[in-house]
Amino acid sequence: MQASDLTSDYFELFALPVSFGVDGAALSERYRELQRVVHPDRFVNASDAERRLSMQLAARVNEGFRILKDPLARARYLLELKGVALDDTRLDGGFLMQQMELRERMDAVKGAVDAGQRLYELRDVICTLESQLLDELSSSFSDGSPQALQRARDASRKLQFFHRLGEEMAQLEDELAMS
Amino acid sequence: MALLQISEPGQTAAPHQHKLAAGIDLGTTNSLVATVRSGLAETLPDENGSHLLPSVVRYRLGLPPQVGEEARAALIEDPHNTISSVKRFMGRGLADICKGCSCSEYDFAEGAGSDSSVPRIRTVAGDISPVEASAEILKTLKACAEKTLDGELTGVVITVPAYFDDAQRQATKDAAQLAGLTVLRLLNEPTAAAVAYGLDRESEGVHVVYDLGGGTFDISILRLNRGVFEVMSTAGNTALGGDDFDHTIAQWLAGQAGLGAEMTVHKMRALRAEACRAKEALSDVESVSVAVPRDDGSVWQGELDREQLNALIDPLIQKTLSPCRRALRDAGIELDEIEDVVMVGGSTRSPRVRERVGEFFHCEVLVDIDPDKVVAVGAAIQADVLVGNKPDDEMLLLDVIPLSLGIETMGGLVEKVIPRNATIPCAKAQDFTTFKDGQTALAVHVVQGERELVSDCRSLARFELRGIPPMAAGAARIRVTFQVDADGLLSVTAREQASGVESSVQVKPSYGLSDSEIEQMLRDSMAHAEEDVAARNLREMQVEARRAIEALESALASDAALLSADERTRLDAALEDLRAKAEGSDHLSIKQAIEALNIASDGFAARRMDAGIHAAMAGHKLEEFS
Repeated sequence: MQASDLTSDYFELFALPVSFGVDGAALSERYRELQRVVHPDRFVNASDAERRLSMQLAARVNEGFRILKDPLARARYLLELKGVALDDTRLDGGFLMQQMELRERMDAVKGAVDAGQRLYELRDVICTLESQLLDELSSSFSDGSPQALQRARDASRKLQFFHRLGEEMAQLEDELAMS
Repeated sequence: MALLQISEPGQTAAPHQHKLAAGIDLGTTNSLVATVRSGLAETLPDENGSHLLPSVVRYRLGLPPQVGEEARAALIEDPHNTISSVKRFMGRGLADICKGCSCSEYDFAEGAGSDSSVPRIRTVAGDISPVEASAEILKTLKACAEKTLDGELTGVVITVPAYFDDAQRQATKDAAQLAGLTVLRLLNEPTAAAVAYGLDRESEGVHVVYDLGGGTFDISILRLNRGVFEVMSTAGNTALGGDDFDHTIAQWLAGQAGLGAEMTVHKMRALRAEACRAKEALSDVESVSVAVPRDDGSVWQGELDREQLNALIDPLIQKTLSPCRRALRDAGIELDEIEDVVMVGGSTRSPRVRERVGEFFHCEVLVDIDPDKVVAVGAAIQADVLVGNKPDDEMLLLDVIPLSLGIETMGGLVEKVIPRNATIPCAKAQDFTTFKDGQTALAVHVVQGERELVSDCRSLARFELRGIPPMAAGAARIRVTFQVDADGLLSVTAREQASGVESSVQVKPSYGLSDSEIEQMLRDSMAHAEEDVAARNLREMQVEARRAIEALESALASDAALLSADERTRLDAALEDLRAKAEGSDHLSIKQAIEALNIASDGFAARRMDAGIHAAMAGHKLEEFS
């Protein structure tokens, strides 16, 4: 492997098998090991060439770590590696209905007397739905057939919706805490 | 001018020669310099035995500026020429400064006649930019350190608030350049504090650093693991600190004493000094008497007790808690995972601050290192490692950028390219396209902030990519690459993919000094010091040459086996050439020889890096891929 050619894939860089399931502890450990070797702090007194390379590699190790530790980013990256186009999938109507309902519930939290309780319950519901999608991703990737990869793609798109919902929930939480 | 020593060809300087390095905490209220001596990090006192240099600069007519205690003493009598809390103005435009409360204290001259919009303060010694005033403080610290350590500093680590944006960081680096300092790294203040505590306690796990200084507030959440300090998230407010406590108390005092809204700068500063005194006293006692002179010459006498003080500062403390909440969420951390909270900054001396922060995080607050010194001490430890005094040290700091970076798209919206709390260094490319048929230029507007509208974010820089071949709207593929280095500083490149037309900027913030202004200031300061510009250029290039030679020699000493005989011959020739040129007096030919050496050693650098990575990952490869 030529790590410095910056084209190896992130699994290879972190010496991990190409798979959706990633051992979080091993990933973190290798992240630290790699940074100990490539980080610019190790090259303050080195040649310009080494300093430039160190910055590029450290940036790459950071990006790889960010992608591999986050299930959604990891799923999208894996699909990319397997040549599955990510854009423009049609999501089933049932899912979109469910999203709208969740959003309505979130809007109703604002100004409710039991806002804290409602938010807690909503978070619980979202958590359950998210972990179902993660299970779906996991089984689809281990199946690996073209049809399974299409399912993985749909699941990752759905997960993106939840991701955005999560961000808005966090904002709402902030507003509640401030008031 | 002292001549630099360059070793004879073939001879290397002693490998573990101790280099002088320092950590500098360039604070809003006070600044400090620290260093590691005989394995111990400590702040350095000035000739009067004081470790804290007040961050105050007084400009005088025909005399060099005063810095520190002398300048502070003149704050009230000579308010217009005496600049305090200049850190609040770093990397800021006039509009930003006036949003705060202190712009009326100074007479600002908008950057007329110069090619940037840096606000300048009118003084008897001319219009002074915040960068120049900060450089005076840095020069004083540099002189103090070099005198105490009896030698020239090889490099320094300067701390900045974690929440400083790109413009504020760049301004700090510019000030260091003006002061003649080599910056090894800009280090975030909370991270520096964590280093000072972490090495002391060898504690693993998740730690919070709550840093409330004179003018800035930072919160950082870090994970410590065998010498690696991984910052998980940071948040803060670069315009909130002890100064605001003073201001609030001063307003209360003015109200109690029945002073009118009209107030001279002189009175305002006197009132704030009284407020600050009362606040500090109340950290130890329950009640303190206060006195305020009235307009009619009489003096109002009163009492300020802790309860009243708490009522006054509680809203300000409350303002620090929402960044705390955001940092927790961004780190994905629950309260019960936190080991402790490190308290940093003079304002955390306030018992009320300690109480409220302990309550919020449900855990112990650590106050056992002097909150004024802890940042400088951490910076000194990092400087010692970076300069190469501890080659086997395991310490590594992995920090983040505090605010998202993006570019303006159609309709004044921001497209984020790098999200906040991304670990640095980082690089990210994103493709954009043209809006009109036949469009041949593209304006790139770089912004920083979390909001969706460009107008709500900080404008960092604008540049244009020209010479795009005419194409239908949407057909061009323009790749914009953001790169943030380990100091948290951004550079941006734009490239049209089909034609290869390229344009790049080292982001020079909208409210920063231009390169030519810095150059001019350097010339001016050298004229003062009667130093020769050419001599300085030569000296700097010789230092650079020595660095390049040493770097390659040490690489060859450990990894010469990676080179073929032919490559080795070429490298040696380039090295020899540089050694010879460095003895001469032509700084341009030295520069060329350094560049030639860099080119010759490019492949070697890559191979060494690969070998390092292979060695680190070797154990894992066997178990998984065999």
